[in-house]
Amino acid sequence: MNNIIEFDTSSLWIALPEFFLLSAIVIILLLDLFLDKRFKQVTYYLTQFSLLITGLLAFNLINHPQTIIFGGSFVLDNMASVFKVFMMGASMVAMVYSRHYLRAHFLFRGGYFVLVLLSVLGMMVMISGYSLLTLYLGLEILSLSLYALIAIARERADAIEAALKYFVLGAIASGLLLYGMSMIYGISGSLNINDIASFASNANLAPRETLIINFGLVFLVIGIAFKLGAVPFHMWVPDVYQGAPTSVTLFISTVPKIAAVAMLLRILVDGLGNMHAYWSDLFMILSILSIALGSVVALMQTNIKRMLAYSTISHVGFIMLGFITGTLTGYGAATFYMLVYVLMSLAAFGMIILLNKQGFEVDQISDFKGLSKHAPWFALMMLIIMLSMAGVPPLVGFYSKFFILQQVVSAGFIMIAVIAVIFTVISAYYYLQIIKSMYFDETDKNITIQAPIDIQLVLSINVILILAVGLFPDFWMKLALSLF
Amino acid sequence: MENSLLSLLIWLPIFSSVLVIFIGNNHANTARWASIIISVLVFMMSLSLYTGFDSSTHLMQFVERTSWISQFNIHYHIGIDGISMPLIILTTFSTILVIVAGWEVITKRCAHYMAAFLMMEGLIIGVFSSLDAILFYAFWEASLIPMLLIIGIWGGGNRVYASIKFFLYTFLGSVFMLVSLIYMYNKGGSFSILDMHNLELSFAEQSYIFWAFFIAFSVKVPMFPVHTWLPDAHVQAPTGGSVILAAIMLKMGGYGFFRFSLPITPDASLEFSEIIIVLSLIAIVYIGFVALVQRDMKKLIAYSSISHMGFVTLGVFILFLVYKSSAIEGALLGLEGAMVQMISHGFISAAMFLVVGVLYDRLHSREISTYGGVINSMPKFTGFAVLFAMANAGLPGTSGFVGEFMVILGAIQANIWYGVLAASTLIIGAAYTLWMVKRVFWGAVTNPVVATLKDINAREFSILAILAVAVLAMGLYPQSVIELIHTSIEHLLHQALTSKL
Repeated sequence: MNNIIEFDTSSLWIALPEFFLLSAIVIILLLDLFLDKRFKQVTYYLTQFSLLITGLLAFNLINHPQTIIFGGSFVLDNMASVFKVFMMGASMVAMVYSRHYLRAHFLFRGGYFVLVLLSVLGMMVMISGYSLLTLYLGLEILSLSLYALIAIARERADAIEAALKYFVLGAIASGLLLYGMSMIYGISGSLNINDIASFASNANLAPRETLIINFGLVFLVIGIAFKLGAVPFHMWVPDVYQGAPTSVTLFISTVPKIAAVAMLLRILVDGLGNMHAYWSDLFMILSILSIALGSVVALMQTNIKRMLAYSTISHVGFIMLGFITGTLTGYGAATFYMLVYVLMSLAAFGMIILLNKQGFEVDQISDFKGLSKHAPWFALMMLIIMLSMAGVPPLVGFYSKFFILQQVVSAGFIMIAVIAVIFTVISAYYYLQIIKSMYFDETDKNITIQAPIDIQLVLSINVILILAVGLFPDFWMKLALSLF
Repeated sequence: MENSLLSLLIWLPIFSSVLVIFIGNNHANTARWASIIISVLVFMMSLSLYTGFDSSTHLMQFVERTSWISQFNIHYHIGIDGISMPLIILTTFSTILVIVAGWEVITKRCAHYMAAFLMMEGLIIGVFSSLDAILFYAFWEASLIPMLLIIGIWGGGNRVYASIKFFLYTFLGSVFMLVSLIYMYNKGGSFSILDMHNLELSFAEQSYIFWAFFIAFSVKVPMFPVHTWLPDAHVQAPTGGSVILAAIMLKMGGYGFFRFSLPITPDASLEFSEIIIVLSLIAIVYIGFVALVQRDMKKLIAYSSISHMGFVTLGVFILFLVYKSSAIEGALLGLEGAMVQMISHGFISAAMFLVVGVLYDRLHSREISTYGGVINSMPKFTGFAVLFAMANAGLPGTSGFVGEFMVILGAIQANIWYGVLAASTLIIGAAYTLWMVKRVFWGAVTNPVVATLKDINAREFSILAILAVAVLAMGLYPQSVIELIHTSIEHLLHQALTSKL
């Protein structure tokens, strides 16, 4: 129990990506104040540049032996580095997509980029957090930036509503999480994941101690489920996804999922892995409910952002399913699913943004009508994304589901696997609705793509990755497994 | 080259289809010619599977095997035996037909249409040659995508409903297969289909796996009572789509019974064979009567397909009963009959749908009542149509007779009543087919438009002539096919009759 933070300059190297990003944020924030309106582009490029450098710095730390610094509150291991690199990549792609949307809807402000960078910093802290306090700190940096990001379209009532909803429910979730943390702290006497782990693995826990750990555990699970958007703590997801500006929805639906899974891994797997028998039952219920509700409710949606919100809920259910096995391979499967989900979700929202025109908001499924006629290439892209989300081979969405199902079946939960696949078929229906809109419906509406070439290019690469990783998933599966 | 022939057969059409997409709809003629050249080329290459095939062994031939997903011990493992080889050639053959059949007819997004069929060809060859369960599953599911688009884009008025119903039905069918494949992997540590054949499974496990497979394959065949997607899909699909659907995609279900159900779950197959036989007989008799009352020609042929495919499942599962009551020869007869029926039905159903397609292209109606007396204006065409109708009714001398006759012979050895019920199709089949012929082709011209119809052109003539030759050749000399499949079927029979318990 080391409560004194020793400052050692050599430990700075371990957290270099974080320090770099923090300095970059400060510089960009100041610079943006003094930039003339004509040079707002500079902020964008600086943002991309800092994300790139942060990513490279994190990449440089891959294969670094596990190091814990700052008195046990910050960890660097392979999982952290790989997650960070992937997060930087996803954020950069998200920024490329966002730029077109922000311009089309007159939201192109320096504050937007600074908030995104701040939230990324928060997520990096979450990924590397090794004490409950650091994790919470990271989570709050992330959440506060996101609330502000959603409300950035301040003249739009639905955006404000979404931001408020997210804020209130997010605050409740944070409260529950903190309450759970305080229970764990109270019984184990430490905030450090390491100490909690060794406390929980003690074979001679008194029944009273187990009870209190379980009590705290329930609140931790609820808090995490809130952040992930698992049923029954999903209420905020559809409203926020629908109300937020699409570029923010794109961001919320992708990058924070990486951080949330990281936090889950830190607290429940690294910290309370020995209590797996207690929390896996909770996860089983949460994941089946999420898969079921996400698949069924999405059927009735006509708003594509809302539909994708429910689709996300069902994907989150699959991710959580990977944790019920309690094996390292199971966690690897969940991580693989999460990475695949981020890849697909980026592309799906990227497609929506691509169709946005100056002052014209695309958010209905019917907006995709006639796409195959006027932009056959991007219709094909959307077809691939939707089929991948539905889990049709040989696209990558199939292999992530396959990996999870394989783990679930090998843990003996065959019925759960059967339920999951039945809902997968149900969910295929709404993905098909989009394909129907694009390919089968006759329309005389003319769709023109106004988006600049960079988003078209990145989006195409993104989708080709969905196909390519699907054809050769071996490397990525191995990578996800190597983190554990 | 020799070693990668199968891979070439799978990937050449798939990559060419991408090429054809890039040629674009604005250069429809280039796309047409590119597609026909590729499909003929693929057909030629598939013939060297035939010439290089050794029919004296049941072992897999033209095998290729490399690691694909090492995490799960999944291999890119392909190869063929006597069961899959004829089906692959049937696929390459039918693809040429549908490309030629769509030549002038498809004006809307022509390049995409051709590309979809090429894509489908490669994927279906992949299904028939996969020896790794996950590779099989990937091809199996992927082949739904082009068909979904073919029905949905180029289909008739109710195409959206039909295409989504088609997709969801077959998707639902196959996910259970996925779970049981995963289960077997967890047990045996391998996704190789051949390893699964030898995997020890208790009776309870076999039962669950059997029904999971049954759901997947019976939807595809399709068997009563999960056949309802087929009439919708057939009626709405463009002619080419119907041809591929009937000639090949239905065979994927039958192939599944051959490749998975019998060898992997022999004891469960034995246990539940009576249920499947009853369902098959219902399909043969009841669906036959349903076909009788159809007013839409395509629907009639769709129901007739279900009824004929009933012979495939009957032939597969009757072997257990035959084996109980008599010698192994009877069982072999049924199983070989099922295989012959699959190939023969591939030719006949393709021909029937093309015949309807020829009429539809002219009058844009599939209603029987629109026509009448077509022979007066289209004598050459009627000649072909009547030949194929006869084959559909199972006239001796055509391929339709051979398979059904073999299965009926097998069924009689099992139980005389099964034989009688199965044989009744010769009457019902003749009734609905010939009655349709009578109403469409014979008699006086009632609809004045029919009198103005032009007889078939050289393109249509050549497609129908090729099919006529195939139907007659197989009917007159079925031995050529039976020789190919004999050793593999014999081995399969051995597997099916060897208990795993």
